[in-house]
Amino acid sequence: MAGPSLRRARLRLSAALWRRPWLKAVALLSLPLLVFVVVYVGALVALFVSAFWEVNAFTARIEHVWTLSNFSTLVHDSVYRRIAVRTIALATAVTLTDAVIAFPLAFFMARVAHARTRALLFVLVLMPLWSSYLVRIYAWRTILAHDGALNWSLNKVGLPNVGLLYTNWAMWIVFSYVWLPFMILPVYAALERIPESYLEASQDLGGRGWRTLRSVILPLALPGLVAGSIFTFSLTLGDFITPLLVGGSSSSFIGNVVEEQIGQPNVPFAAAFATVPVVVMAVYLSIARRLGAFEAL
Amino acid sequence: MTRHHRRVLGWSACTLLVGALAITAAGCGSSKSSSDKTSSTGGSNLPTAIGKGEGKLNLIEWPGYALATWRKPFETQTGCKVHLKDAGSSNQMVALMRTGGGGGGGQYDMVSASGDATLRLIFGGDVQPVNVNLIPGWKDFIPQLKSPAHNTVKGVHYGVSLQWGPNTLLYNTQKATPAPTSWSTLYSPANKGKITVPNNPIQIADAALYLSKTKPSLGITDPYELTQSQLDATIKLLKQQKSLVKTYWGYASDEITAFKNGDVTMGAAWPYQTLTLQSDKVPVREIIPKEGATGWADTWMLAKKAKHPNCAYMWMKWVSTPKVQAQQALGFGETPANTKACLFMNKIQAGSCAQYHANAPDAYFKSIKFWKTPVADCGNGKKDCVDYSKWQTAWTQITG
Amino acid sequence: MGTRATHIGLRVATVIVIAFLWIPLLIIMLYAFNSSSIQSWPISSFTAHWFRDAWHDPDVRSALWLSLRVGLIATATAIVLGSAAAFAIHRFRFFGRETISFLLLLPIALPGIITGMALNSFYVFAGLPFSIWTIVIGHATFCVVVVYNNVLARLRRTSPSLLEASMDLGADGWQTFRFVVWPVLSTALVAGGLLAFALSFDEVIVTTFTAGSQATLPIFILDKIQRGQQLPIVNAVVFAVILLTLIPVIISQRLTQDTGLLRRR
Repeated sequence: MAGPSLRRARLRLSAALWRRPWLKAVALLSLPLLVFVVVYVGALVALFVSAFWEVNAFTARIEHVWTLSNFSTLVHDSVYRRIAVRTIALATAVTLTDAVIAFPLAFFMARVAHARTRALLFVLVLMPLWSSYLVRIYAWRTILAHDGALNWSLNKVGLPNVGLLYTNWAMWIVFSYVWLPFMILPVYAALERIPESYLEASQDLGGRGWRTLRSVILPLALPGLVAGSIFTFSLTLGDFITPLLVGGSSSSFIGNVVEEQIGQPNVPFAAAFATVPVVVMAVYLSIARRLGAFEAL
Repeated sequence: MTRHHRRVLGWSACTLLVGALAITAAGCGSSKSSSDKTSSTGGSNLPTAIGKGEGKLNLIEWPGYALATWRKPFETQTGCKVHLKDAGSSNQMVALMRTGGGGGGGQYDMVSASGDATLRLIFGGDVQPVNVNLIPGWKDFIPQLKSPAHNTVKGVHYGVSLQWGPNTLLYNTQKATPAPTSWSTLYSPANKGKITVPNNPIQIADAALYLSKTKPSLGITDPYELTQSQLDATIKLLKQQKSLVKTYWGYASDEITAFKNGDVTMGAAWPYQTLTLQSDKVPVREIIPKEGATGWADTWMLAKKAKHPNCAYMWMKWVSTPKVQAQQALGFGETPANTKACLFMNKIQAGSCAQYHANAPDAYFKSIKFWKTPVADCGNGKKDCVDYSKWQTAWTQITG
Repeated sequence: MGTRATHIGLRVATVIVIAFLWIPLLIIMLYAFNSSSIQSWPISSFTAHWFRDAWHDPDVRSALWLSLRVGLIATATAIVLGSAAAFAIHRFRFFGRETISFLLLLPIALPGIITGMALNSFYVFAGLPFSIWTIVIGHATFCVVVVYNNVLARLRRTSPSLLEASMDLGADGWQTFRFVVWPVLSTALVAGGLLAFALSFDEVIVTTFTAGSQATLPIFILDKIQRGQQLPIVNAVVFAVILLTLIPVIISQRLTQDTGLLRRR
C-alpha cells in the first residue's frame, strides 16, 4: 500500500523540482556552498587580507596598517617576475606535454582496445597514482642522476652521459610524469563517450583519418582535455617540492618563495605572491571559456 | 535581465561576501595581536619547581632529535607520551610555531630550533623564558653555551642548548683533486657544475666569512652583522657562485644522494652527511678550511602557549643528561653541550669524544662562527646592520 | 580512423606511454630490496629485511590506516558535493554561477601551503581540535573540484533531452537517476572519485598543517625521507601499497562495466 503512495509523492516532488528549477538549484548548491564559503573561502580571505599588511622587521609581528608595499615589491623587483614567468612557462609546457602524451593512449583505450585490454590499461594508468608522489620523484632522481639508470643504459649502448638531474629539464620530465594520469583519465572519459555513429558519419562523408580527428574527435575530446589541463596546469603551478628535489640552481617556483616567506615569517608577502597563481588560474579559465572549451557541447 | 547584468550581479555579490569576510577576519586579527603585547618580558614568573607531568608532550624536532633510543626510556620514566612533528628546515620550524596565532598555537610544546631561527622565535613572542636552574645538566654545559646570544636575550633564557657543530667543506677524495684547503674551492669557476650548497639564507654568512678573510677592506668582523654595502658585496660573490652550483640542497639526505650518485663532488655540509656517506663506503672527507667555518647550535625552546610545560621541563632535563647527550651526538656527528657526555661517548665509540671535540678547547669553539638570526642592531651601538628579512630577500634574489 | 597503420601507431604509442608510467614504479619496487639506505644505481646488494622492518613498524600501519580512512571519507564527501555542484551549474543559470566554478578550482590552483596555513588558522580560530576530520576537511577542499570537473564535463556531453524523455515517460527523479543519469555518469563519477582518492592519499603539504601531530602515510614517508636513514622502508611500503591498489581499481572496473545505455558495445 505504501508503495504507490510513496511513488506518487516522489513523482510530485520530481515534478515540483522540474517546474521550479530554482528550488533544485538552491537545494543542490546550498550544502557545498556552505561548506566552501565558511571553511575554505573564509580561511583564505583571512589570509589574503594580510597581503595588504606588513611585517614589523624587528618583532616579525604583522602590523595591521593597510599598504600596497608587498605588491609594489612584486611588480618592481625583477626576480619575482622571473620566478612567476618560470613557473607559468613550465606549467604550460607540462600541460601541453601531458596532452600530447595522454591523447594517443586515451584514444587507444577508449576506441581501439578490447574490453579486456582496456581494463588492463585502466589499471596500469591508475596504479602509479597510488604510489607516493614523493617516492616517485625520488625514483626519477635515481634514473636521471649522473651515475643513474639512464646514463648507465646510455653507456651500455655506447652513448655519452647526459646531465639531466638538477636542471629545469628534470623538472619538466618529473612534473609531466607525476601529473600524467590526471590528464589521461578525463581525456579517456571524453573519448569513450563519442558515439561510434559520429565517426562513421564522418567517414561516410569522406572524412579521412586526419580530417575526422581534427573535425570530429578533437572538438569532442576538448572538454576532457580542458578538464585534464586544469589539473596538470594548476598542480604544477602550486608545487614547491619538485623544484627542491630535482631542480637546479635556477629553479625556484612561486611555491618555493611562498614557503620561504611563510617560514621567515612574512605571511603578508607570501599571501601577496600567492595571488599570482590565483590570477593566472582566473585568466586561464576565462581563456578556456572564450575558446568554447566548456560550451563545446 | 541580460546575461551581462547577471554576471555583474554575480561578481558584486561575491565581492560583497568576500569583503564582509575580510572585515571579520581583520577584526579578529587585530584583537588577537593586542592581547599578545606582553610577549618577551618574562623572567619574574618563572616556575621554581617542575610539577607533575601532564602525560603528553608535543615536539617540533629536527628529524631524529627524539630517537626511540632515548625517547622511550623518557616516556616510561615520566609518563609523558611524546608526539613528534618533523621539520625539514628552520623556515618550516618557524612556520609550524607560527600556526594558530603563534606561540606554537597550543599544538606544540617545544621546538629544537637552530641559531638561525631562535631569535626570530624570541622576538616574535613564540617562545617563553625557561628557568635553567631546574635543568641540572645545564651547569655542566661548556661556558659558551650556557647563555649564548642566540637563545639568551638580556639575561633571560629561552631554552637550553643541546648540540653544536661546524658547517664543513665536504669533498669526494677521488674526484676533487688536489684536496681543497680553502672555501675558495666553492667559488672557483674551475669547479663549475660540481658544487652544492645549502638552500638557506643563512648561507650568506658563509660567503661573508670567506670575504672577511679574503677581502679585509670590506671590514667584515662578524658574518652575521653586515652593513648594506657588505651584504651587497656578499650577494655579488654568491651570484657568481650560483652559475657554478649544480643544486642547492634542501634536506641533508638530498646532499648525500647527490654525492653518492656523482652529481656533485664538493659542497658545504654537516658532519652528519660525511658520516653517512663514509659508512656507505663513498670516498669523501670533510675539513674545516683555513678561513674557519660557520656552525650551528641547537636549542630546545619552550613554546609560549605550551600546554604541557612540566613534561617539557622534564624533557629538557632528560636531554641534558650526559648519557642522552652522548647518544644523540654520535647519532648525528654533533658535539654535545654537556661536557660530561665525553665519558659516555668514548664508552659507545672509543675516541669519539676527541673526534667530535666534545672536550674542545676554547680555541676550537671560537674558530666557529655560530648561526644567529641577523638583526638590525649590530651590538656595537650602531643600528645600520641588515636584518634577517633582508637576508631572506637577498637569498631569493640570488637563487630565484 | 580505422586504418591499420593508425592502429599500429596507437599501439606503439600506448606501449611507450605505459613504459614511461611504469619504469619509475619498477625502480621503486627494486629499491625496496636495496641493502643500502642511499639510492644509487646499480644496486650493489639486496636484502628483504626492509619488508620485515616495515611490517613490524607500528607507525606504518597506523599511517596507512589513517590515510585510507581520510581518503575514503574525503572522496565520499567530494562525490556528494562535487556532483551536486556540477548538476546545479550545468542545469541552471543564475548569478554567481561562474564565480562558483572558479572558487571550486582555487584549492588546487593555490600552493598547498597557502591552503594549509589558511585552514590551520581557521581551525585554531574556531577552536577545532586536530583530528581526522580536520584532515578530511583539508582534503575535501581540493577533492571536490576533481569530481566536479569530471561530472560537469560528462553532463555537458549528455543531451538534456534524455532526461526530458525519461520524465515524459513517467519516470520519477530516482528512476531517472538510476536508469538514465547513473549509466551516463558512472564512469565520470568513478574516474573523478579515483582521482580524488589518489590526490587525498598522496597529499602532504596541506596535511602538514591540518593534521596536528598525527601522521598520514605521505607524512610518514616525508619524515623517513628527511631522516634519510631508512629510505628502503618507504619503498617497501610503497611496494605493498601498489599491490593493494589493485583491489579498488578492479572494483571500480567492475562498477563501470556494462552500464548499458549509450555504451558503444
